[in-house]
Amino acid sequence: MSIGLEHYLILSAILFSIGLYGALAKRSAIVILMSIEIMLVAVSIAMVAFSRYIVPLLLTGQVFVIFIMVVAAAEAAVGLAIIIAIYRGRETIDATKIDLMKW
Amino acid sequence: MGLDIAFWVLAVVGIAAALAVVLLRNIFRAALCLVLCFLTVAGIYITLSADFLAAVQVLIYVGAISVLIILAIMLTREVQRGSPSSKLRIPAFVVAILFLGVMGFAMLNTQWLVSDIPPVEPTTAALAIKLFGEGGFILAVEIAAVLLLAAILGAIVLVREK
Repeated sequence: MSIGLEHYLILSAILFSIGLYGALAKRSAIVILMSIEIMLVAVSIAMVAFSRYIVPLLLTGQVFVIFIMVVAAAEAAVGLAIIIAIYRGRETIDATKIDLMKW
Repeated sequence: MGLDIAFWVLAVVGIAAALAVVLLRNIFRAALCLVLCFLTVAGIYITLSADFLAAVQVLIYVGAISVLIILAIMLTREVQRGSPSSKLRIPAFVVAILFLGVMGFAMLNTQWLVSDIPPVEPTTAALAIKLFGEGGFILAVEIAAVLLLAAILGAIVLVREK
């Protein structure tokens, strides 16, 4: 059986689930950010696969992936800046201990 | 045939690297596995004949975002603390498995209208026309530029010494 659209979609779903597990279960804020990057990359794979197999001439999926990359870069820069700012004030980046705004 | 082998190798290595990111105790090794995962995704883009995106993936994710993450690990002394799981580990696992099951079921049971047309190659010029040409995404490109500027200014303000 040759490689088709479903293979890429399943790969993307597996990567997204791994990222979802990491984002929910980890305590270190940096690992949570890394898991979110994995989720963004997984969605990008699904976009490119749809673009390749369903509308090969339009390339719309690839344009969307370029914008996902822009947002991911902005998110990484701001997220890591927030993590470093929190670490300066509280000496920890354990997500379960950063609970100032918890009701 | 070669494409099939490349896909399977890249998929297995990529999933193993992603699992290592969430399972390894040493956070620095997890970051290095994240780099490996990004590289295999660039390979996946090549098997999908998205050459421009593969190059951009290596430049932005492997080149820039990974360096930012490793820099943040160095600046916060996270390596000594390791990467423990919170007490929500088992519910998170259940949620992830349920999500994977639902998505897999939906994907495998949908009749996709797969087109027989061969993909555009190379994609760089076609993408440029799509982004900047008539009826393209020029407004979104401008907004993305403003977003990047705002993000960079915000990051500088956040980490500046008082």
